[in-house]
Amino acid sequence: MMDGFDMLLVASAVIAGAAPLVMATLGETLTERAGVVNLSLDGTIVLSAMAAFVVASLSGSLLAGFAVSAAVGACVAALVALFSVRLGMSQVAVGFVLTLMTRDLAYFLGSQYARTEGPISGSAPVPVLSGMPVLGQVLFNHSVPVYLSMIMVAFAWWYLYRTSWGLRLRCVGENMEAAYARGIDPDLVRVVYTVAGGALVGLSGAAFSLCTKPGWGQPQGCEGSGWIALALVIFGAWHPVRAALGAYLFAFLQVMSIHFQSWFPDVPAQVFQVAPFPLMIFLLAVSTLVHSEEAKMLAERHPLLRILTRGLAQAPPLSLGKARSRD
Amino acid sequence: MTIALRSIHKHYGDIRANDGIDLVLRPSTVHGILGENGAGKSTLMKILSGYVRKTSGTILVDSEEVDFKNPAEAASHGIGMLYQDPLDFPPLTVLENFMAGQRMKAWPDRSLFRKRLAGLCREMGFDLDPETPVVRLTVGERQQLELARHLAAGRRVLILDEPTTGISSLQKDVLFSALRRLSSGGATVVLVSHKLEDVETLCDEVTVLKKGRVSGSAVRPFSTGALLEMMFGREPAPPLRKGHEPGAQALFLEGVHAHGGRTGLAQCTVKVNRGEVVGLAGLEGSGQDVFLRVAAGLTRPTRGRVHVSRKDMTGRDHHAFKTMGVAFQPAARLEEGLIAGLSVAEHCAILERSSFSLDLDASASLAQERIQSFQVAARPESPVESLSGGNQQRLLLSFLPDDPVLLLLENPTRGLDRESVRWVWERLDAIASNGAAIVFSSSEIDEILMVSDRVLVFFEGRIIHDVRPEDTDALMLGKAIAGRV
Repeated sequence: MMDGFDMLLVASAVIAGAAPLVMATLGETLTERAGVVNLSLDGTIVLSAMAAFVVASLSGSLLAGFAVSAAVGACVAALVALFSVRLGMSQVAVGFVLTLMTRDLAYFLGSQYARTEGPISGSAPVPVLSGMPVLGQVLFNHSVPVYLSMIMVAFAWWYLYRTSWGLRLRCVGENMEAAYARGIDPDLVRVVYTVAGGALVGLSGAAFSLCTKPGWGQPQGCEGSGWIALALVIFGAWHPVRAALGAYLFAFLQVMSIHFQSWFPDVPAQVFQVAPFPLMIFLLAVSTLVHSEEAKMLAERHPLLRILTRGLAQAPPLSLGKARSRD
Repeated sequence: MTIALRSIHKHYGDIRANDGIDLVLRPSTVHGILGENGAGKSTLMKILSGYVRKTSGTILVDSEEVDFKNPAEAASHGIGMLYQDPLDFPPLTVLENFMAGQRMKAWPDRSLFRKRLAGLCREMGFDLDPETPVVRLTVGERQQLELARHLAAGRRVLILDEPTTGISSLQKDVLFSALRRLSSGGATVVLVSHKLEDVETLCDEVTVLKKGRVSGSAVRPFSTGALLEMMFGREPAPPLRKGHEPGAQALFLEGVHAHGGRTGLAQCTVKVNRGEVVGLAGLEGSGQDVFLRVAAGLTRPTRGRVHVSRKDMTGRDHHAFKTMGVAFQPAARLEEGLIAGLSVAEHCAILERSSFSLDLDASASLAQERIQSFQVAARPESPVESLSGGNQQRLLLSFLPDDPVLLLLENPTRGLDRESVRWVWERLDAIASNGAAIVFSSSEIDEILMVSDRVLVFFEGRIIHDVRPEDTDALMLGKAIAGRV
């Protein structure tokens, strides 16, 4: 086999590298399940990464850094909720303006802390479990935020599909009028999950600047990951586990691109660095194309394709992006 | 529970959807609310279920005055409504839909709800699989699910808005026997319908609404004639029709089936000759809309053939129909016919589409010409959305080709005053005299009787009646429209 290629090492790197993306993807999944698109993701991550880094270095407390990042994410999301849910403005326009604004704000406020020393959330192997063969190294030899990201995936699934609040959340996302007719306040639910999802997105910023891509500078390494998270929500068909799997797949492609560089030295390195992005677009296109009439007709004729498209076809929440009409 | 509604008003701007309605609903009774589309039935029931707030009036539940601000408040008084289009969550499963909105713990015991649903289904004779997504259910099954959910939540007043629309006759039997059982158990059941047959089979008491007011009420046994008179009134139709000489065949639909609209279109075989004016009667969305769109080449039939001027046009697109001399004018003037934001002159420019650059002067003078000959109260530069409904209609008529073979008009006079209606029909009459076939739909029986050479009555996607106006009258048509031939 190839030299220096360790399957376990790759798997471990994927789990660790995907942690911030998993948090952001889960946060946006919750928000979009309530029918709101928070397009400010990318800027929010940069701003909360900055805030987490600055607070953690000044106070010396990692916990304070994470707490502040969640608060920053929640605040930006609250603005989205205010403008698009309460005031009924276009979710896309509000989110887009906010994403540009928060990113510039992060670089402006954080400029004096650029390239300074800061705390890092280091490795904290889980006692006993980390000694297990294979799984020990892949799952239980990471830093705290990475464990958190894994727990969040399971929790998000349980919350959405096994609790009454999760059911209410999905109801609002599918049909606001029907939810209202059953005594649920759709606006309230939308605001709550926009803010809660925003807090998770904020945490992902801290996971970047205090853990996965430690430090602060311009450009920050996490820039652009918000857009990836938005795409992953669609790829994940608004299902938390599938969306998280998408994040791991993306991290896998990134890790592999490093290996490919050493295996194929003749190919310019940039090809492999950029490759995960068009690959994600390709996968996204495939998972969206199965909704088309043509794909459905094709699938009707080929039983094998039918199984495949059934698995991939997951429609977005029916009220996604819509404002509630009032009379 | 006894519910008394006193002098209920609901106004939307100038429109009075409910204009002083009094009604008493008693326990152990199935109460029918009968009336045409737009009579105010749905609005009244939405007020009672807390979905819409009344403008004024009083609601008494067991002599206690209530004012529901939202559906949850009505539900807490035991009032539940099944909406015409089931108000549920299609991607979620039957069980999740059943649970949503019910009282439950933070992490509910799904097996408990599963048992409760199974029990209710057994009792009512429903057959629902708890794990199926609701999107795969028929309308009838979604209705059964809603009914079961309301019962599980302890509702004692059940309002059903047009429950027999779009369900099979078997499902209707199941539903009706369930409702009878509930009513004999002391529940108050309200059946909102425009179908005489449903009301006559199920209800003990009937209140008829017309134009936002109560036009009459009756108790079992019902007299069909009396109910029809309350529904449609008996205004004499002015027989002002010139009668045209039928010419060559213009349109021939042969065993056409098509999807679309509320009901689709089934087994439709019709010939229309040039010079004929054919009125399509029926409750809105009974298949007239699909008929017109099939004849215009906008909707492709799933079965059957479409001929225009004896040429087989099945499967061709709208442009091919247009070149054969077919013109179609949809009901939604601003949505489908005119382009909001463009001026009258710009609309004329689109019709010309001769060159890449627009000749604005030419289209302005063309617009001026049309405005004058069709008496549109507008200037060439007026945006079309600023025109009144009547003027929009005149403008659309001015865009019609000069010598069409077949003119298809959907509710051409809706929302127009008497003067405009007369003017429109004078124009159309002239077009028909020039040898065009005109097929139009209208919700006004009087208008259809006044101008048509032939009337087709639609019911649930089928043509159930094909008569000449001299062989029928408003009452007979009203009966046919309500599904009784």
